[in-house]
Amino acid sequence: MRNCPSFSRLTTHRTVHSPRTRLCLCRRRLISSSPSTHATAAAPNTESTASALEPPPAGGHLPSIASSALLKNTREQALKTPGILWADAELDEARGTSSLSSTTAGRETRKMNTYQAIRDALSIALSTDDSAIVFGEDVAFGGVFRCTLGLAEEYGRERVFNTPLTEQGVVGFGIGYASMGSKLGDSTLGGRGMGGTAIAEVQFADYIWPAFDQLLNEASKFRYRSGGRFNVGGLTVRCPTMAVGHGGLYHSQSPEGFFMGAGGLKVVIPRSPLQAKGLLLSSIRDPNPVVFMEPKILYRSAVEQVPISDYTLPLGHGEILTTGSDLTVVTYGTSVYRCEQAIHLLTHPPEGSGIEKTVKAALGDWRRNTGKSASSSPSIELIDLRTILPYDLPLILRSLSKTHRLLIVHEGPTTGGVGMQIAGEVVSGLSLTSSSSITREGSPSGEEENLAQMRKEAFLGLEAPVKVIGGWDTPGVALQYEKFYIPDEVRILDGLVELLAY
Amino acid sequence: MSSLARLRLPRRVPRIQPFVRTIQTTADTTQLQDNAHETDPFWVKIHEDSFQTHNCDKPDLDVKVTKTELLDMYRQMQTMRRMEMAADALYKAKMIRGFCHLAIGQEAVSVGLEHGITKNDKVITSYRCHPLAVLRGGTIQGVIGELLGRQIGMSHGKGGSMHIFTPSFFGGNGIVGAQVPLGAGIAFAQKYTEESTCTFTLYGDGAANQGQVFEAFNMAKLWDLPCVFVCENNKYGMGTSAERSSSNTQYFTRGDKIPGLQVNGMDIIAVKQGVEYARKWTVEDKKGPLLLEFVTYRYGGHSMSDPGTTYRTREEVQRMRSTQDPIRGLQRYIEEWGLASEQELKQIDKEAKSTVDSAVEEAKASPIPDTKDLWTDIYYAGTEPPFMRGREREEVHLLSQF
Repeated sequence: MRNCPSFSRLTTHRTVHSPRTRLCLCRRRLISSSPSTHATAAAPNTESTASALEPPPAGGHLPSIASSALLKNTREQALKTPGILWADAELDEARGTSSLSSTTAGRETRKMNTYQAIRDALSIALSTDDSAIVFGEDVAFGGVFRCTLGLAEEYGRERVFNTPLTEQGVVGFGIGYASMGSKLGDSTLGGRGMGGTAIAEVQFADYIWPAFDQLLNEASKFRYRSGGRFNVGGLTVRCPTMAVGHGGLYHSQSPEGFFMGAGGLKVVIPRSPLQAKGLLLSSIRDPNPVVFMEPKILYRSAVEQVPISDYTLPLGHGEILTTGSDLTVVTYGTSVYRCEQAIHLLTHPPEGSGIEKTVKAALGDWRRNTGKSASSSPSIELIDLRTILPYDLPLILRSLSKTHRLLIVHEGPTTGGVGMQIAGEVVSGLSLTSSSSITREGSPSGEEENLAQMRKEAFLGLEAPVKVIGGWDTPGVALQYEKFYIPDEVRILDGLVELLAY
Repeated sequence: MSSLARLRLPRRVPRIQPFVRTIQTTADTTQLQDNAHETDPFWVKIHEDSFQTHNCDKPDLDVKVTKTELLDMYRQMQTMRRMEMAADALYKAKMIRGFCHLAIGQEAVSVGLEHGITKNDKVITSYRCHPLAVLRGGTIQGVIGELLGRQIGMSHGKGGSMHIFTPSFFGGNGIVGAQVPLGAGIAFAQKYTEESTCTFTLYGDGAANQGQVFEAFNMAKLWDLPCVFVCENNKYGMGTSAERSSSNTQYFTRGDKIPGLQVNGMDIIAVKQGVEYARKWTVEDKKGPLLLEFVTYRYGGHSMSDPGTTYRTREEVQRMRSTQDPIRGLQRYIEEWGLASEQELKQIDKEAKSTVDSAVEEAKASPIPDTKDLWTDIYYAGTEPPFMRGREREEVHLLSQF
């Protein structure tokens, strides 16, 4: 009882059928007995031998971010990342020259965590674009999360510099610099006819509010209100976001939902080092202002093989991480790993636990309702949204018309958040936009889809209501309630079985 | 690299400081004027470079003090330092989580401020708020309990560091500079209700560059609010020194039409004199707002994750500790003026330590907040919306299965 006070209260209304102590046992078993990876799950014998030799790790055996199957652990995996666009290949194409640069042969990767990958991207941005400047509070000595470590020494304190503590001032300053009509210096990839490349850092996403006015009223409207004469496409605002488990009210927020109505602005959230580098370089080079939010718990915990050369990943495109046919999970940032864990729990529920019983019961319902055979198990499609604004609606609709069930997970508040926006999008406005108005660079021309038709199919095919799992209606992420506020794998599993058994 | 950007931006030129008399930050230059008394007040003289002014007269250098008051100050400063050291240890033991900013080295400002104002004056400050929370009517167990996230905490464990309040203390504030306009608003309320009190609005040298600070200055002067804007200049805004972040580091001169006074923030007697001057200016003389700058120093980093040595030398910190420490300065006065012996002061130190130790134990014994309190204090009790996400049983579908 004492071990899990936050969950015990929620079950009080079921005390007649369910002694509260059982919940605790289940949770304890969940932490201590579930296998660490998919691989070890298939070979339970080896695991039990190992656990006889040494005590279980303090954090339990759930797959952690470090052992996630979604991270690219080898060079081959890293180089085959979908959508990766090598800068030299792009240059070749532009010049009409052909070389071997479009292939992956000879490309190297290095093991990096997220802050190192971001530093790498910033370094490439500074070296390929003379107009690029990096500034923010304490960035000159590396920043609080070490993302700019050594850049000031390498590229000069004129280009990588500290600003006073004034977020509104920092972003406003960046907007001014980015709006400068004349390109500074020679730019190979950076300029694209824009002004200066301003890479501003807001120390925490929680501090972005003083700059909210500048971002919404100036950055997002600059091109529009000048009739296209001016723009601030060179602006990228980086800020660490989401919870780390002990950030408290002012260091754990996920404010991306508040930017959903800011047409003209793009919002990007990467999930891993490799993604962070490619998406950040895309954001810096994108001819629109971009708010780039970096999940701060991943700065050190996510480690991946990252290509060392200059590459980008497309904005506006989500990525299907695991394909499935029975349920679509849409998420981004840190929650990607929690969804991975929840899906793992669904397919490998801890033996003998209450969770196993619940999962089995729910899957029984699901098989009955869908007429599946007794041995079949659901396959879940996991989508990383990556670009939050504008989000990849066609990808979601395409997936949904296959799976007919949709779960959206994020850390930010549910009310007024990204999840509710997408859920609303799915179930509303059947005959609005057509694909012609949203064709994007990079999408294969053969796949011109009729968005209205896709919407209709997705909506009529729904077999369960769209479910959103996010933060609660409290004024923030209070320190003591952080674990309860942030959607964890149990809450996500709850959503999965609820939707499957609906 | 032929960077045009580099040519366009002005090169950093070494800042040549014109010869000016600068503020003293010594902690022990106050001189005894006559004999010290056991019970009666006696006069001391503060060093003449303890103050610098901007469009106002210098405060009197002769200050009347009493033995009791000086010993009180000593006890409070020592206790506050002990409390901050206890927080430091608890943080390093991972019992305090989250963000935590300590004021070790700046005790003369909080304790001196408390001795210069009345109980009815209001104070609002930044995240470096633990000593003020205690001095303004809080308790040590309340502060430590809040840092630990326990029910005994002054916000019942729901806030944490920088979220601590008392009736005359409007809290720490986690957002740099955000408390300054609030201070102006509190002062407006005091003027509106014709109270003879004022508000001390504290912020740091880093926050001094936030736009809203200047917006608050303007309103305060426009309506002549009884607000004292107190810049606690500890010479570093996070990891950037004042010289690297501020075009004008004479923070007391940055109020446009608001006069300013710079005070040696390491000598507690000078601090108290400065505060009394400011209080008289705003409350008795009704001259509107005043800028007060305390030049002080923080020994630790900006927060617990900052070792505090990447942007300044260890020698600098060591030099400040050994030559300008506010507690040692006051200790010297007390001993030289024959108010108490070294043994008696040691006894006070011991008491401070045991006070803090027992408060820590009491705080540790307190339970963490109840789960139900996740949903309290969001709206005024009884006016909550009928539905609040996170409260509904159906939302924890799976958990209810067990």
